[in-house]
Amino acid sequence: MSDHNNIKLPEGSIGKTTTTLNLGPTHPATHGVFQNILELDGERIVKAEATVGYIHRAFEKIAERRPLYQITTLTDRLNYCSAPINNMGWHLTVEKMLGVKTPKRVDYLRVIVMELARITDHLICTSIVGVDAGAFTGFLYVMQYRELVYEIYEEICGARLTTNMGRVGGFERNFSAAVWEKLEKFLKEYPKAQRELEALLVRNRIFYERTRGTGAISAERALNYGFTGPNLRATGVDYDVRVHEPYSSYEDFNFQIPVGTTGDNHDRFMVRTEEIWQSLSIIEQAYQKIQSFKGAEADVYHADVPEYYLPAKDDVYTKMEALIWHFKIVMGETDIPPAEVYQAVEGGNGELGYYLISDGGRSPYRLHFRRPCFIYYQAYEEIVRGSMLSDAVITMSSLNLIAGEMDA
Amino acid sequence: MPLTNDIVQSRLTEKFGDVLTGWEAPYGMLTFSAPRELNLKVLNFLFDESDLAYRFLTDVTAVHYPDRAGEELCVVYHLHNLVENHRIRFKVYAPVDQPDVYTASGLFSSANWMERETYDFFGVNFVGHPNLKRVLNVDEMDYFPLRKEFPLEDQTRIDKDDEMFGRG
Repeated sequence: MSDHNNIKLPEGSIGKTTTTLNLGPTHPATHGVFQNILELDGERIVKAEATVGYIHRAFEKIAERRPLYQITTLTDRLNYCSAPINNMGWHLTVEKMLGVKTPKRVDYLRVIVMELARITDHLICTSIVGVDAGAFTGFLYVMQYRELVYEIYEEICGARLTTNMGRVGGFERNFSAAVWEKLEKFLKEYPKAQRELEALLVRNRIFYERTRGTGAISAERALNYGFTGPNLRATGVDYDVRVHEPYSSYEDFNFQIPVGTTGDNHDRFMVRTEEIWQSLSIIEQAYQKIQSFKGAEADVYHADVPEYYLPAKDDVYTKMEALIWHFKIVMGETDIPPAEVYQAVEGGNGELGYYLISDGGRSPYRLHFRRPCFIYYQAYEEIVRGSMLSDAVITMSSLNLIAGEMDA
Repeated sequence: MPLTNDIVQSRLTEKFGDVLTGWEAPYGMLTFSAPRELNLKVLNFLFDESDLAYRFLTDVTAVHYPDRAGEELCVVYHLHNLVENHRIRFKVYAPVDQPDVYTASGLFSSANWMERETYDFFGVNFVGHPNLKRVLNVDEMDYFPLRKEFPLEDQTRIDKDDEMFGRG
């Protein structure tokens, strides 16, 4: 007798009245590698269990053997939709530990890069919510503007997705004329496309009915679940790291923190949409501030930290000190001062924290990433309980779950 | 009156006395530690008192110090009072051969996965946790990889078959 006549079913599966559905780990609706084991009664979700860890890469362990500048590449791969924010957050952590004061121009350059990254991150989320509500065109249309941002990254650092941008103290080179040209093009052309995306979705009857009232969470529960970023602000709590603990001179900028009221898919979408406009305004302000620098100040792109900032290549060939620093940095032979530091930045999805402990060695004794996605994804089980399967899919995309950030 | 490190320290010492130790403020963040059996009492006190109100759990993680006999594992909580915008750091130490620490998941829902992650990598046993199993690593794993005795791969090893890694 062949085996298929003797299929062993799990205990109790014959009399069971609900259906088990594996949503993920590789499913088009999850937009990333993670799994939801759903227990369905018809189309309604009775129970959900979330599983993560499919792309866990042990970054915290690897960081314990690396010199500081090599850890930047690890941070890229957390939230890969806004890698520059992660890079800058790491540089800020190291600078806080070393007590480095960056020049204003560096801060503003960083703000431009971080806000561009925030726009691309939010753009992915808002347009994917559209896709999951049945509107694919908008997503494909706005991706060409993300492409423009990626070209700007390319001009700044040579890479597009995993950027490894900047160094401790500033940037590896000054922004070229092509960067400013492309930035101007982006600032000129992108608002039109963003308005078109909004015209497609905002107050669209289908979109409205799909998102309104689904996937909601109260402010109290969201705080208890450790929500931060746009998902928390959609519930009505105006917590933003850029305002509460300004870093990189965010206090010099004039911008607003949009908040929602109900914390449902629609509010999350609207908060992110409005934040894109605020980010555009911040970029414009930063660009104006940068243009107002005169003389030697107008060419500053890094702070003076010879122990950690790679010297210019022609100096390495001609100057003794530069050669020594170059060697020590590349070989990772710089001792880090003993320290215990926590630095948070406002990532695309919320408070991205770096907890760094150094014991005076050449690499961190312990480095922990507070990944906002990992912390708020655990609320998913509670949010989708009792909702329809199709709403669970749209909830997943409106929470902007990035597998890279969950797994570290 | 805005919340300051001094106020928090005096409120805590007033309540718990000398059992709280290790007071310091690296880079401005108030840090202290308590005996591990008091961790929930301290967290509850910080949560409930209306003038302290540390009701946002930013982060839970652990650090392994193999040289500190009897307190090898250090569980670190980062707490945030969002109204006053004040952060503190709270630590408890546990011996590695019996790393029992009470779970904070009853107080903070966010502690659920963060404690699972800490268990996963350090083996800290959170007593009372509703679902203490591995979250990022595979269930079959029988070691706790972020402990210091667990080594990273030797970078000079030569026994790897390059062909298997596309470098043949």
